[in-house]
Amino acid sequence: MKTNFSKRLSTLSCTLAIALASGCATTDSDPADPFEGFNRAMFAVNEGLDTVAMKPVAKGYDAVAPLPVKVAVGNFFGNIWDSWTAVNNLLQGKGGDALSDVGRVLINSTIGIGGAFDVASEMGLTKHSEEFGQTLGKWGVPDGPYFYWPIIGPRTTRDTVGWMVDTYYDPVWRVDNIPLRNSLVGVRYIDLRASVLPTDKVIEEAAFDKYSYIRDAYLQHRRNEIFDGDPPRIPLNY
Amino acid sequence: MKYLRSLLFTLLLLSGSAGAQQGSPDALIQQVTDDVLTIVRQDKDIQSGDTKKAISLVETKVLPYFDFNRMTALAVGRNWSKATPEQKKRLSEEFKKLLVRTYSNALTSYKDQTISYRPSKLEAGETDVVIKTEVIQPGSKPVQLNYALEKQSAGWKVYDVIVAGVSLVTNYRGSFSQEVRNKGIDGLIQMLSERNAQLESANK
Repeated sequence: MKTNFSKRLSTLSCTLAIALASGCATTDSDPADPFEGFNRAMFAVNEGLDTVAMKPVAKGYDAVAPLPVKVAVGNFFGNIWDSWTAVNNLLQGKGGDALSDVGRVLINSTIGIGGAFDVASEMGLTKHSEEFGQTLGKWGVPDGPYFYWPIIGPRTTRDTVGWMVDTYYDPVWRVDNIPLRNSLVGVRYIDLRASVLPTDKVIEEAAFDKYSYIRDAYLQHRRNEIFDGDPPRIPLNY
Repeated sequence: MKYLRSLLFTLLLLSGSAGAQQGSPDALIQQVTDDVLTIVRQDKDIQSGDTKKAISLVETKVLPYFDFNRMTALAVGRNWSKATPEQKKRLSEEFKKLLVRTYSNALTSYKDQTISYRPSKLEAGETDVVIKTEVIQPGSKPVQLNYALEKQSAGWKVYDVIVAGVSLVTNYRGSFSQEVRNKGIDGLIQMLSERNAQLESANK
């Protein structure tokens, strides 16, 4: 058993060593992505996992669940997250937005039948997109090196820390009943994966190097999120 | 009282002419979006994934308002100035094909999203603006869809499309400049044309 484990460990460290070495061999690396070799290896792992597990399940869910069900599932988890959005808006000093988020949770949990219907949006309370990574960004914490993690995918160092804090406070992860908690986490993950299925084909066709396309898009997207969709324009010169 | 009435009348006239004015960039975006979505909503072929049909829709309704030369220049970046006029022409053609396909493909996954137009503060005399819209989809967060436009002699032309903060044009800069570094401008032209040919044959 022990030898088996150490054998596996050495295989793993070998893989990592190769990945890191190939990373060093890359001549023109992006300064935002110093661990490109490691990241590309993890990217390959995730692509493999996605092809054999996540994507087929998400496709099945997408095919079987009627649209109103998918909408209700998305709304349900969105409503739970809105409470954490409120906290983050408060931490970023956006009291008005935080208040509106609290209003959203109150309305959607009651009139919206446990969050299944997003009544608040129709009443004009806009849904905001916040998490702790954005809060750190607003506080001036820089991106730090870019990472591509197994399962959770692309995160800058700052957003990795943000993700850990998010997970710690995430109401879904705090459910006491473990089987229920796991099912909730699973369904939310599959719902999220299913919602981006249409993007797959676009990226597949548009990207020449899928890894760097996703990285560059992620970094642009995060900048946009931290500035709440209104980042200062970078002059496009050539 | 009479003065007030004439004032009101003048205001009414002014607001009427402003609404009908198709020359403003936000009116242009709204008109093109409405045109395209009206067709997609009725077209079962496009909704079920007929990329060819979507491409021809984009070519007739959307292309006239895009400046692909500028888009290609922005995507290629600094190397653009090193390209010959002939290379620039070929690059633009191939990049146009790729972007049209990407955009058309996005249309085929249309379900029942709606577009909301966010008010844009436009100052008089501005020649470079961003028009903001949002794709509203039930069950998920709205997705920002912005257009950067430049005023040219022929009217306003779109030179960038920004989805959720991601510029479809500048996102190519990294891979394009790497290809130019490795294989030159002709290498980049070849990479683009090979991709287009491959996508075209896959869609037959």
